[in-house]
Parts: sequence; structure tokens; C-alpha cells
Amino acid sequence: MTDILLEGRDLTKHYPVTKGLLQRTIGYVRAIDGISFTIEKGKTLSLVGESGAGKTTTAKAVLLLEKLTSGSILFEGKDLQRFSRSQLKTEYRPRVQSVQQNPWSSMNPRMRVRDIIAEPLVVNTKQTKQQIRSRVLELLEQVGLAPSHVDYYPHEFSGGQRQRIAVARALALNPSLVVLDEPVSALDVSIRAQIMNLLKDLQDQYNLSYLVIAHNLATVRFMSHSVAIMYLGQIVEYGEAEELFEWPLHPYTRALMSASILTLPEDEDQEIEQIILSGEMPSPLNPPAGCRFHTRCPEAWDKCSKVEPEVKEVGRQRVKCHLYD
Amino acid sequence: MQETVSENEIIVEPVVGGMTRRARIVRRLTFIIPVTILSLIVLIAIFAPLLAPFDPVKISLTDRLLPPFFAEGGSTEHFMGTDKLGRDVLSRLIFGARISLSVSLLVILITSTIGTTLGIIGGYLGGRTEALLMRITDISLSFPAILVAMLLVVSMGPSFTTVVLAVSLLGWAPYARLIRGETLKLREADFVAQARIIGSSSIRIMLRHIFPNIVNPLIIIMTLQIGLLILVEASLSFLGVGIPPPAPSWGNMVNDGRNLIDIAWWISTFPGIAIGLVVLSGNFLGDWLRDKLDPRLRQI
Amino acid sequence: MSDILLQVEDLRTSFFTRAGEVKAVDGVSFYVREGETFGIVGESACGKTVTGLSILRLLPEPAGRIVGGKIILDGTNLLELSKKEMRAYRGRMISMILQDPMTSLNPVYTIGNQIAESVRLHQKLQDDMVEDEVISALRLLRIPAPEQRLNDYPFQMSGGMRQRVVGSIAMSCRPRLLIADEPTTALDATIQAQYLALFKDIQKQTDVGIIFITHDFGVIASMCHRVAVMYAGKIMETAATSTIFKAPQHPYTTALINSVPRLDRKDDRLYSIEGQPPSLLNLPPGCRFAPRCPDVMEICHAQQPPEVKISDGHSVSCWKVK
Repeated sequence: MTDILLEGRDLTKHYPVTKGLLQRTIGYVRAIDGISFTIEKGKTLSLVGESGAGKTTTAKAVLLLEKLTSGSILFEGKDLQRFSRSQLKTEYRPRVQSVQQNPWSSMNPRMRVRDIIAEPLVVNTKQTKQQIRSRVLELLEQVGLAPSHVDYYPHEFSGGQRQRIAVARALALNPSLVVLDEPVSALDVSIRAQIMNLLKDLQDQYNLSYLVIAHNLATVRFMSHSVAIMYLGQIVEYGEAEELFEWPLHPYTRALMSASILTLPEDEDQEIEQIILSGEMPSPLNPPAGCRFHTRCPEAWDKCSKVEPEVKEVGRQRVKCHLYD
Repeated sequence: MQETVSENEIIVEPVVGGMTRRARIVRRLTFIIPVTILSLIVLIAIFAPLLAPFDPVKISLTDRLLPPFFAEGGSTEHFMGTDKLGRDVLSRLIFGARISLSVSLLVILITSTIGTTLGIIGGYLGGRTEALLMRITDISLSFPAILVAMLLVVSMGPSFTTVVLAVSLLGWAPYARLIRGETLKLREADFVAQARIIGSSSIRIMLRHIFPNIVNPLIIIMTLQIGLLILVEASLSFLGVGIPPPAPSWGNMVNDGRNLIDIAWWISTFPGIAIGLVVLSGNFLGDWLRDKLDPRLRQI
Repeated sequence: MSDILLQVEDLRTSFFTRAGEVKAVDGVSFYVREGETFGIVGESACGKTVTGLSILRLLPEPAGRIVGGKIILDGTNLLELSKKEMRAYRGRMISMILQDPMTSLNPVYTIGNQIAESVRLHQKLQDDMVEDEVISALRLLRIPAPEQRLNDYPFQMSGGMRQRVVGSIAMSCRPRLLIADEPTTALDATIQAQYLALFKDIQKQTDVGIIFITHDFGVIASMCHRVAVMYAGKIMETAATSTIFKAPQHPYTTALINSVPRLDRKDDRLYSIEGQPPSLLNLPPGCRFAPRCPDVMEICHAQQPPEVKISDGHSVSCWKVK
């Protein structure tokens, strides 16, 4: 399909754990295990999960910050492994940029804003200083900052403003995909709305695709077209955002939603499910046998601890759960 | 999960508000005094020929062992007295500043450059490069510095150049260690990952992102080294392998007067005081810089 | 209705810095009943954390000082106690839980040791009885197999467990008032749900009054009986939780609730408040929210609105409301 910008097929990343003087490998941290997803042009896919689920690892793999153990990433239909190093640098990297979670550490404190935003252009294009400067001013305006801000240092701005600068930097090379790692979780509540609105506007304006990493379901619902719920290195449910949130299939999805909905005290006795999971997410060093979620699942039965569920299609959603066999 | 931070993140950080006026004045002084002393000494070193009343190497056997002006038998002609060859101590002290400081500053320059470069490269590139560089650093650190310096000076023949080279040879290792540590921290910083995402080369990252952010600890070490190196030079002279006579260095002046302490205390004492002043000033300044240049210093 | 446990009247706390006086808390009044959870919600620098620290008199000295008001716990004004008397109160009558479980626990001591420290400070018990108290505190926070965990170190535990240990320390002497400052912000959503449910049970068991400080409305909705909304050092509105959500009166409350994305519906655009919170060094003369308020009137810029009681338990500081 020509609408697919990026596809991940069976992405797997295992980190070896070594011990002793001779660095013997005694096990593997299975950060991600067979992740598959597609990102369409101009649309947003969100990876949702708690810490340890593997969403950051997936994002890093897409950004070429981590090498996969197995699996492939296809960009516009072409497998990244078939790109030469220079092709990756000229044809992939400029088109896949990123906005990070922490607006304080994502910028070199010793560089001025104009240099921060200009850097992608300086490294990748042969534009003149004049051209770059005018592009920087153009980008600042796009993200709602004043041109006078151009000579300041990052620490002179507030968190929300810094995130805007980060967005401007991400847009400098006219990317097709922007990977956003928890773009608003470090910001004040009233500023989050501003930034999320901005991101949506930019998406519409430039037909940008977003890969959003988030743990806050409400943010995800606002931003996404499709959603992948991750648990312990696997995608347990995947589908269109609206369908997934109206009809969550996987027990983990339901538990996450229950933990995120604003339920007022008097609503507790009503039909709104309050699902409280027991225990904690097991270590990715030693994932449980069978379905990885069975140790905490309120609906688990003995099959769940023995056999790993396959991915099943239910309507347009995909779910990995024995309830749907 | 992140904590939210305000649009005014300056707020609840009562950094210096609690200091009494007296404390603030003392703090200021711990900067002003050392800087003044060091600047004065540098100026003295630069303008030595204009300031020194006598030729520092001129021997005058009739004027041997004259005490300083305030002691019995002294005169204002030889302010600080003369040594066993009749050379004016004050003039030698002034020219000695030149030599001792030059050794110190040159060594700092050479060792910091080598050490920083190796530290950044090793720290950033990691893997075998780092392992190799760190092993070399470890080897360098495990040699007794003074001993090696001595051997080198003896084998190459003592001279200003030899002393500088000998001390530099083992002096770069601490820099490499420290800078590599700082680089390791920075390597994981978000903005470095960001630079890679943008497509920056490793060299660009090391120059543009890592180096400017390690400048602070670097300056602190360099400042603290000033005093240390003067002492090293003095130690080498003490052992007889320092700057060769007749050129005066504070170290060899102390050495000269060593055996005459009971009858001519001034020959060792004045250069000793000078060394002490520089070491103290360098250390105070270094400490002050360390407090001042620590990151996250927000202005309210 | 149960008795009033804590009464805060016109609390004022400032930080004296080189650049001037930062009025972190500027005239805050509220009360908390026994067995009730009172929420203080607001964005950062609104003064909520400083309010909590003021009640415990744990402000960083010498810059931070309580400059006015009364804090009356069970009839005693805490601000009139000597330092020694106040120390006796801390841990015993009032306790606090902070946000980051990593730094709240000392990495070089076992958890048994750390809980025991709190017990020993406030109760004169023999050693074996101390151990019983420690185990009882661990049980209260539903830590499985507490007897075996006594010799564990913090690094051996997950974030959620650590936060429970912090809770055990806080509850070890069964305080009357617990101040929780964003205790679940650093936890995963499902762990947060566990933790909050746990505290609701503990409250039923021990009748402890809880002040819950947070920026998260979801937590407020599920935990708190009553809420105060703070902005730039002042309380804008205080009401029962359901009132705050269903019928807020202050424009800031309304704007804040509206700008939070909802999970139960799809929005195309979020309501966002223009501008930024003011600098506490340079406060506007009238209502603090005036520069950003969508319903602002002339008088709002000139004078600060008084606190008006709308109904029992619901008060607002806004010129729109008479």
C-alpha cells in the first residue's frame, strides 16, 4: 500500500546480560520480541505501555540509535538493511526526526537557540548562512515563538517554550516522520494542551506522520489514529484508536483504561469497571511462560500459563489473548 | 514518569538568599585575593627585567650572604639579602617567578591538551579505542612521576626544555581520566542522542557538543594544577634535577639555601613563601571556580 | 461528620532570595477532617508543595520562612511549638510521603532498619516489640512476606514496592495526618491504581486524615473527598470533588479541567489557557489569574478578590462570583 510510510516487521531486540571476568552471557533482557506495526502517511501511531514495555527501545530502533537483534524496518517499502550507510545518512535520517521527553536535557546548554535549530541544516545541507537563518526564523514562527528569541540560550526559556524549540528543530529538514517520546509529560498541565494543539496543527499542515511514545491514555486518544498497547516487549493489542478505546479487547488494555479514567467517588458503584491488577510487571530477563500477562491477568486460566497466544484479528483490531481464540 | 516543571522553574530555589552579608563578603574575598596575588605574580614575571634591581646571575663575592634590609647587617640595597655567591635574592626571586611560572603554565598547556583530547576520544568512541587509551593512561598513572622525571632529566641533560618535557610526560594522565569520565556522562545526554539523530558525525559531536560542556571541570583542574606544578618543579630542584644553575627558579633557590638555613635563612625562606602563596592562591581560586561553575546555577 | 483535624488559617510562607521575596504561599486557608482526603491541586510553583512543607515546618532555612497564619492540629497551633516539640510531632502526629521513592530511602540501610528508626524515635519499646511494629507497618501497606523483607535493601525492590516502604515508614507510628506530595507521579498507571486503592483502605482502617498534593485530576477524582485549587500561591476555589468537576465556579478551575484531554471521548482540539503562570517575584496587583483569565473584568486587575462562601464547603475567590 502506498499509504504506508514506515513498517516494522517482527522487531526484536535482546540485550545480553554478562557475568564474571570472562563476560559470559548468562541471559538476555528481551526488551522487544516480535513487534509489528505500520505508520501511515500523515497519521499518528502511538505506542502505549508502562515502563519496561519496550516502547522506548522500539523508538530507538526506528531512530537508528539501537541495532535490532532481528526483524526489519521498511521505509517507504524498502528494507533499511538494504540502505548503504551513506543512503541512511542522506535518505533516511533527515526524514525521520525526533522530539524528546525532557526539554531540559535535549538541548546543548552551551548553544544558542538559533544554532540548535540550525544544526540539522548545517550538518545535512549546503545552504548558505543567509538561507539557514531565514529558515530558522520561519520555523520559530511556525511553533509560535518570537524571532527575537533566536539569540537566547535554552535555560532562558520555560519548559513549554523549550519543547517548541525542540519541535522547530525536528521540522528543520522537512521530515516525513517525527518520533515523539512522551512529548508533554514533563510539562505543566495548562501547557500540555498548547503543545498538543500545536503538534496536531503541524501534522495537518505538513502531512506529518508521528510515532508517539506515551503512557497517558488520554493524551494518546487525543493525538492518535492508531494505537499499539505494549506489555513486556510485545504488542498485546493493536488497532484504530477510536475502536480500541470504545471496545478494548485485551484485559491489560482494560486495566490501563480503568486506571486512567477520571472516576468520581460516587461513580464507583456504577458500571464503570475499576480494575486493579495485582503484582507488578515481571522482569524482561525472565518473562513468564505462555502469555506474558498471565501472572497479573484477572481473566487468566491454565492455558494462559502454558501456551503463548497468537495474534488474532477481531474486526479491524489485532489482539494477543486466549480469550479470542 | 516525569515530574512536571513550571513555566517559571526558577522559583523554589533559595540559592543565595540565605547568606548573611558577612558571608557574602568573605566569599567575594576568596576570589579577589587569590586573583590579585596571581595576577601580581604574573605581572612581575612579565616585567622582570624592569623590576629586578640587579642581574640575577651576577656574582659578587664581596657581597656574599648579606641579610635582608630589616635584619641586622642588612641594607636596603639588597632588599632580601644575597645568597652564597653574592647574587641579589630579590632579583633572583623576580626572575625565578618567570621561570617557575613558565614551567607551570607550559606543562599545564601541554598536559591538558593531550589529556583532554585522549579523554574525549576514548570516552566518546568507547570500545577498543577507549580500552586502549585507558590502559595507556593507567600505565602512565602507575609510574612514580618524580622518579621518571628524574631519569629523563638525567638522561637528556638538565635544561628548561627537558624539565618541561619530563613533567609533561606523566602529567596528562589525570586529565585523560577525568575528561573521559565527564565524556561518558555526556555521551548519554539527550542532546547528544539528538545530534546523532540529526546526522552529526562523531567528530562534530565531540567538538561541538562534548567539549564545550567539559570546559568547566577542565578549567577547575587547570587552576588547581598551577600550585601543584610549582611544587613539582621545586621538588625536582630539591633533588638536584631541576632547572640548572645559574638560572634562578624558586625551586632551586630553596635548594641553594638548604644547607645555610641556620646562618642565612633568607635564601630559602623568601622563595618558599612565594611558592606557598602561589599554591594557596591557585587552590583557593580553583575551589571558588568549582563552586561557581557548577551546573544548574540559575539566576533569580 | 467527623471532627476537624487540621485547620490552616491565612498561611503565608515566603522565600527570601537575593532577588527579593518570593511569596510562595500567600494567605491560604483550609481544613481537613479526620478520615478525610483533602486534595490540593495545581501546576508547579503554585505553592502546593510549600504548603505541605509549611505544615511540617520543614522549609529550607534560612531562605524559607513562615511569615504569618496559624496551623492548628487537634487544637494546638503548630507554629507556636518549639523546635523540639515540633520534632516530636513529626512522624508521630504528622507524616509525609514524597514523590521519588528512589531518593526517599537511604540506599545503605535495610528497609527494616529505616522503618525501625521511625518507630524508635517516637515510641519507647523493647527491641523485639520494635520488630513487631515494623512488620505491622509493612503489613499495613500490604507488602507480601514482611518478615522476610526486613533485611532487604531498597535497590532490591521495584519502584512500587519502594513507595510502599516509604508508606510504611510514614504510617509506622499511625499518624493522625498524612501529607502525600505527588506520591504516585513516578509510578506506572497500574501500580498507581494499586497504591491509591491501598491508601483508601488504610484510611478506612486508621482514620488518618490525608492531604494529597498533585497536579493530576485523575488522582483527585479517585482519591479525594474535597479539593482546593491553587494558583500562584493562593487558593482559587475549594469544594467537594464532585462539585469541582461538575460545577466549578472559578475560571481557572474550569480552564484547567477543560485543558486535560479526556479518555472517555475524542476531542479535536484541546482547550488551552493562553500565556504562563506569573513570576512569584513580580505578581500582578489584582487577581493572580487576571492576565490569563477568559472572563476577566476591570476590577480583576486592580484588586484581589475576597474568598466567598457559595455553599457549605464550597468557596471561591473570584470577582465573577458574589
